[in-house]
Amino acid sequence: MLEVRDSHAYIGQTYVLKGVSLEVRHGEIVALIGANGAGKTTTLSTISGLTRSRRGKILFRTDPDGTQRDITRAPAEEIVGMGISHCPEGRQVFSDLSVWENLLIGAYLRKDKQAIQSDLRWVCELFPILGDRRRQSAGSLSGGEQMMLAIGRALMSRPRLLLLDEPSLGLAPILVEVIFEMLEQINAQGTTILLVEQNARMALELAQRAYVMETGRVTLSGTGRELAENEEVRKAYLGAT
Amino acid sequence: MMGWNRLRWFFPMLILAGAILVFVLRSTMNDYVLSIVCFTGINIILAVSLNVTNGFTGLFSLGHPAFMAVGGYVAAILTFPVARKAMLLPALPAWLAAQQWSLLPALILGGLGATFAAFRVGFSVLRLKGHYLAVATLGFLIILQVLITNLESYTRGPLGLNGLPMLTNLWWVYVWAVITIYVCWKVKHSSLGRSMLAIRENEIAAECLGIPLARTRIMSFALGAFFAGVAGGLWAHLVTAITPTTFSVIMAFNLVVMVVVGGSGSITGAAFAAVMLTVVVEVLRPLEESLEAYGISEVIVAIGLLLILLYRPQGLFGSQEPAFVVRQRQRVSGEVGRASSYQNGKGGGIKSIF
Amino acid sequence: MGGYIAQQLVNGLILGSMYALVAIGFTMIYGIIRLINFAHGDIVMIGAFVTLGLVISGKIPFPVIMILVFIAGALMGILIERAAFRPMRGAPQVTGFITSLAIAILLQNLGILLLTAQPRNFFCPDYLQTIFNFGPVSLRAIDFSIVVIAVVLMVFLVLLVRFTRLGMAMRATAENLNVARLMGININRTIMLAFAIGSGLAGVAGMMWGGKYGQIDPLLGFVPGLKAFVAAVIGGIGSIPGAMLGGYLLGFGEVLFVGLLPPIYSSYRDAFVFTTLILILLVLPTGLLGRKTEE
Repeated sequence: MLEVRDSHAYIGQTYVLKGVSLEVRHGEIVALIGANGAGKTTTLSTISGLTRSRRGKILFRTDPDGTQRDITRAPAEEIVGMGISHCPEGRQVFSDLSVWENLLIGAYLRKDKQAIQSDLRWVCELFPILGDRRRQSAGSLSGGEQMMLAIGRALMSRPRLLLLDEPSLGLAPILVEVIFEMLEQINAQGTTILLVEQNARMALELAQRAYVMETGRVTLSGTGRELAENEEVRKAYLGAT
Repeated sequence: MMGWNRLRWFFPMLILAGAILVFVLRSTMNDYVLSIVCFTGINIILAVSLNVTNGFTGLFSLGHPAFMAVGGYVAAILTFPVARKAMLLPALPAWLAAQQWSLLPALILGGLGATFAAFRVGFSVLRLKGHYLAVATLGFLIILQVLITNLESYTRGPLGLNGLPMLTNLWWVYVWAVITIYVCWKVKHSSLGRSMLAIRENEIAAECLGIPLARTRIMSFALGAFFAGVAGGLWAHLVTAITPTTFSVIMAFNLVVMVVVGGSGSITGAAFAAVMLTVVVEVLRPLEESLEAYGISEVIVAIGLLLILLYRPQGLFGSQEPAFVVRQRQRVSGEVGRASSYQNGKGGGIKSIF
Repeated sequence: MGGYIAQQLVNGLILGSMYALVAIGFTMIYGIIRLINFAHGDIVMIGAFVTLGLVISGKIPFPVIMILVFIAGALMGILIERAAFRPMRGAPQVTGFITSLAIAILLQNLGILLLTAQPRNFFCPDYLQTIFNFGPVSLRAIDFSIVVIAVVLMVFLVLLVRFTRLGMAMRATAENLNVARLMGININRTIMLAFAIGSGLAGVAGMMWGGKYGQIDPLLGFVPGLKAFVAAVIGGIGSIPGAMLGGYLLGFGEVLFVGLLPPIYSSYRDAFVFTTLILILLVLPTGLLGRKTEE
């Protein structure tokens, strides 16, 4: 579905991605783990078009039998329309807008009014709290609620591929579990997920496959289980001694 | 030891060469050309001193003409002949009406007046940052214009003071330009100057290093203001008249153009840009008058600035001094040179330490 | 005395309406790209001259002229954004500020170059000059129209920003450019739109300015522009309702300052405005309705 081939990217003057290659297949949950500054977030923003890669290719195919498109140079605002939705790090909901407006703006490019309404219902079934607080400004929500709103907003574009950056950041463990359960459910309903996570244990449990990044490169890859059992990964990311 | 010797001779030689040039100009050129050269010199003083505030410390001030105005009016009132004072400024307090100073003390007192104003204003305004500071200093300029216009017993209001004795000549301008450049150069290469550059690059990091932010900021503001005040005095006694509208937003803009075009933080750049801008404007002025195309020089300057901002935003010289001036210095103070930010190309000193 | 004060309040309302229209543009542009656009005041001047040109050139009815002036202002705003601000996007804040100052100087002097610095008389059709008396308050039709038109335009704007898809996109872009892009919002278009609307309103304000004061010249926009910026700061820069509130407060404040204090103070009017600016910046940097944001 998504193929990143040897991507090189800079943030300002800093060389962040030094040749990242990875692949996401239809229906998967793929996790991207690694330490701070390894380039995980930049990988996502390169895919979603916020960061331009200097070299390399990013290819995307909406359906298993659809044609493959080169989205390396496509601007962020067009990539959403192709079916990739990026839920950015640190939630970043529009705090001046109401909860409802945040969800509606997630569907900004869509014209199918009826389907938008049914998707709104769907998101509110996933996260009932959002329905309850629809008139409140997003800034007044708690951290966990904002995370749900950010995910809901990302889903409103009806993505085929959801890029999710650190959904567990700053949330209470119990909330993290709720969110991860939701992700499983969202995935089961047909959305492919590429997940960046610091919480490697939970990410590897959830993901079918995973990549480990270190200083701008992918250093390991495998199924979630393989990596969870890998000695180095256990030492570096799972806190095993 | 070659470097040491060359350094010791470089500046005195430069100063001597300048003095010879002044002498030659004064004996060969007519008054018109001389007055243009004087304006150029005054603009050098203004640009180099504004560079301390805007360039070194990164305090974007549009208030420089206000300090010029303070210095100019103070000096003008002090040197004004007693007889003319009685005629034009009858409401002046008696003790002031009786004064008739010579130029030097008047200039210095004007400069001190401007410095005082800078302390008063800077104390509150310098808390603001970036373009908010710019707007606040612009506000100060306008407020000061209003005050001068209304303090009629001292300033004759919108009419301004005219018929000032023409005391400024090229020697005066030259000596003050040399003093300004020398002082600013010394400051830039002192620990105070490095503190200023550090604040410009990264305020928080600078504070963490123990640099007193408020004091350094106000010092750079006041230092710039002093020379602006002196330049105002020189200006008044060159034009022999002074009105509140002389010290306008356009003037603030032109001064900022000089700093930006020269490269924020570069003394050579500011001086060079001052010369260039004055010459361009003076060359265009006759054209403007003969074609009756008023405004064309401002249009050209504005477009020039836009092009520089687009294609060379760091200015002509960046924040460095060009190699032909600074090579000698580096040999002597190589250690200092390496550690401070202005020499390492991008001017990102503090950032690169961390 | 009561009548005098009523008259002054009405004058404040008129002046405030014009400030508010100009302040909206400042606040919209600042809200989205954090730029203090000093050239904004000169759009007022352009609006005034375009009006004058249209009035002289033929028998175009005034309401049509107003629409044309709005369009002219909007086009000018778009042109400035395209030519100068877009290439500099991402540069330090102060660079944008210097750029806008350069454009302001450029526009003023182009005005002097093309139109001379000589003030020109501004023509208004007779029916706009009719004087109405409401008790002690006397109003020209033009004064009345200024207030009504300004209020109508502001209501439209508020509706647009609050309740349309476009307005939602503008608010989202103002809050976070990058995330707005992730939603599929074309931020270049949103920024252009902010410039267009803001500048269009400034153009209309220029038309009003000419009608109110009867004389126009190429430098007329700068000081009112600065004052409108002060109004935007008072209301909380970035907030559209704030700009409206700030505009009216400044209008009232300025008129009352001149009208109620002894005449000797009236020449301190501009000093009053800018002292207010500095005080607000120091004491209440987010203004009355502004959102607390980190710089």
